[in-house]
Amino acid sequence: MVRLTRSISRAIFLAMMLAWLPLSWTGQDGTIPYDGSSLFFTRAQAAPAWLPWLGEQATHLEFNEFYSGASALGLELSAKLESLKGKKVQISGFMAPPLKPTLSFFVLTKVPMSICPFCSTDADWPNDIVLIKLSKPVTALPFDRPITVTGDLEVGYQMDEETGFISLVRIVADSVEEAN
Amino acid sequence: MYNPKISVLYLSRFSRLLVALVVVASLMSSMTISYAAYSGPEVSNISMMPIDRAKFLVGQKFDFEIEVKNDTPASAIEVMVNGLAAEVFFGKQAVIKFDKMSTYRINEVAFPQAGKVAVAVTVKSEKGIEKRTINYEVSGEKIKKPAKNVILIIGDGMSLQARQMARILSKGITEGKYNDLLEMDKMSNLALITTSGNDSLVTDSANSASAYATGQKGAVNAMGVYADSTKDPFDDPKVENIIELAKRTRGMATGIVSTANITDATPAAMLAHTRKRSEQNFIAQEMLNPLHRPDVILGGGSRHFLPKSVPGSKRTDDRNLVEEFKKLGYPIATTKTELKQSGTPDKLLGLFQLDNMDVYIDREVTKNPAVLGKFTDQPTLMDMTKTAIDVLSKNKNGFFLMVEGACIDKQLHTMDWQRATYDTIEMDKAVGIAKEFAKKNDDTLVIVVADHAHGASITGTYHELDGKTGREGVRTYADAGWPTFVDADGDGFPDDPNPSVTLAVQFANHPDYYENYKFQEVPTSPAIMADGKAIANPKRAPQGGDLKVGNTPTSDPSEVHSADDVPLTAEGPGADYFKGVMDNTEVFHGIVRALGLDGRKNEK
Repeated sequence: MVRLTRSISRAIFLAMMLAWLPLSWTGQDGTIPYDGSSLFFTRAQAAPAWLPWLGEQATHLEFNEFYSGASALGLELSAKLESLKGKKVQISGFMAPPLKPTLSFFVLTKVPMSICPFCSTDADWPNDIVLIKLSKPVTALPFDRPITVTGDLEVGYQMDEETGFISLVRIVADSVEEAN
Repeated sequence: MYNPKISVLYLSRFSRLLVALVVVASLMSSMTISYAAYSGPEVSNISMMPIDRAKFLVGQKFDFEIEVKNDTPASAIEVMVNGLAAEVFFGKQAVIKFDKMSTYRINEVAFPQAGKVAVAVTVKSEKGIEKRTINYEVSGEKIKKPAKNVILIIGDGMSLQARQMARILSKGITEGKYNDLLEMDKMSNLALITTSGNDSLVTDSANSASAYATGQKGAVNAMGVYADSTKDPFDDPKVENIIELAKRTRGMATGIVSTANITDATPAAMLAHTRKRSEQNFIAQEMLNPLHRPDVILGGGSRHFLPKSVPGSKRTDDRNLVEEFKKLGYPIATTKTELKQSGTPDKLLGLFQLDNMDVYIDREVTKNPAVLGKFTDQPTLMDMTKTAIDVLSKNKNGFFLMVEGACIDKQLHTMDWQRATYDTIEMDKAVGIAKEFAKKNDDTLVIVVADHAHGASITGTYHELDGKTGREGVRTYADAGWPTFVDADGDGFPDDPNPSVTLAVQFANHPDYYENYKFQEVPTSPAIMADGKAIANPKRAPQGGDLKVGNTPTSDPSEVHSADDVPLTAEGPGADYFKGVMDNTEVFHGIVRALGLDGRKNEK
């Protein structure tokens, strides 16, 4: 019985995804023209309403929960962060000014960034940041409005080949929404 | 018929016209003269590095480079130095490349004698011949009884006004007379230092510190080099700096101390050579280079010393510089406690934050855990200065120490004059420690200077005691009276950074921001980026504040440097050099003159 319900819901999910495919490609040719806060309404990025029932529950994460210890000799990842590796998490913060108007990743920070770290060679990032990876390029948001990101948590050193950006904590986003 | 009245009238008209003509003519002639007086040199296709009117210490090493921009590649570049072919004069082969950007370069050369030098360049191409002549000055000046040590204390961004804010908050003022002066005010010599860089009116901390370290003008973001036109930030022609000279010619001990990342512009410029100050990982590893390896390194920014595998590191490789320093015999300190326990080893590496150290107010006054996090045991600039002097003064050949009050600048960029002022007072106390050491033996020159200014001035006081707020709460002239800062514990820092009557500090150059004239519990940026533009940060004035419309481009969300001259005060052997209005490159020449350095000598 359970198996049947699950396969039916999977079938509905697949059908809906297929129906949406052409929609999400309309008007797109690789990049999206810079235009306000379209990210909030980009379908592929908005959380499908049924996700909580089908997928696993996202654990809420706060910026100040990343590290349990810090000294000049390095940071210590918190037990919570370690335990959530590969799991679904949700975090709210601000989008940092990105390198290009459209991008496939952006940086989420605790407070709105006063600098555009990618624009200035001298800019320094705070330690408690999350790199948000997106399934397709999106338009930059206004950077002064809080957003909530849900997705799979990745932890560990990684350098972006194109920008040389180094990250320690990343989320492969399912959804990016305006925070309440 | 003769009419005397008319004739007088005509005469007076004529004379008036004559006078007017004379006035106009004299005005025009004076205009021509004044234009001529500052008409710049003709823009040449031949750019020379070092630049025209550069001044060197005799024997100071530098790379000599000429770039020739041309549509048709040059076919020959001839260079004469004081009438001799450059290759003969320097005794070295030049590397010459002909292209649309032709180059002529001889690395590691020096002038063996003091005096004037004329460099004449002739470039031949299909188009014809282009010539350029520039002049250098080589100085071998030294004082009779040279100083053993030099302590150079740089208040980053510490304008005259920033010093004044510190004087008011630290010492107080009664009936218009200061109750006391700062340590840096009470020094024998005072000069005004001009701050512009090689490529711009308004300087940044890299090239201004580089001017102090090398005696040469620099370009924005560059240190220890002249900026050539190639993209590579490591191939620009170098100039030998003070740490290299002190080590090479006299075997002196050297040290750098800063409250910022120790790889940040000011400390880095004392030793490094790069076109790009942001190459902080490179700068950190350069600190291991024996040519300019400081014996004492104390400050923030360990993230550039840790391998990439360590969380918090900003390195892109697996080098663990902390371990490499350990192997060279450097004890490592990471907290104030460890610094105190380190005693007086021969050399010392102390890194107390992953990033810039926190500022004095957050470290010592409010101690807000939300700001400090786990970094609750950071030393003060006084602790670091005292330790550095104790360690370096063991060297019998003397020492050169640079101490930077770094966050004066960082806090003025975010328009937080209270935090900037407490850090200025902290630096002044470090000046006191340096002066105390200098007084003992009378063999140490202490120099206190800023690298550039910020456009922040006191225009009166601010209070809300009568209910007025915002700009109406700003009190000017007689209404201003006096601020009510209190230092009951006598430590030189006001007990409360937010008294009922505070200073009204106004900024000349700023983005859009909210101003409530009050102290902020946590450091908060004045503006944030939104839609590619800097907008006022609503978090800046949570209790409400006036929106100040910015007057700098919206691309920059922070307050920017100003071109103001900055004060320098000095005391000790060789301090007499510092007087009147001086170019910032003269700070270097004052240092090497006091130490009696001779670039021709080789200690090692």
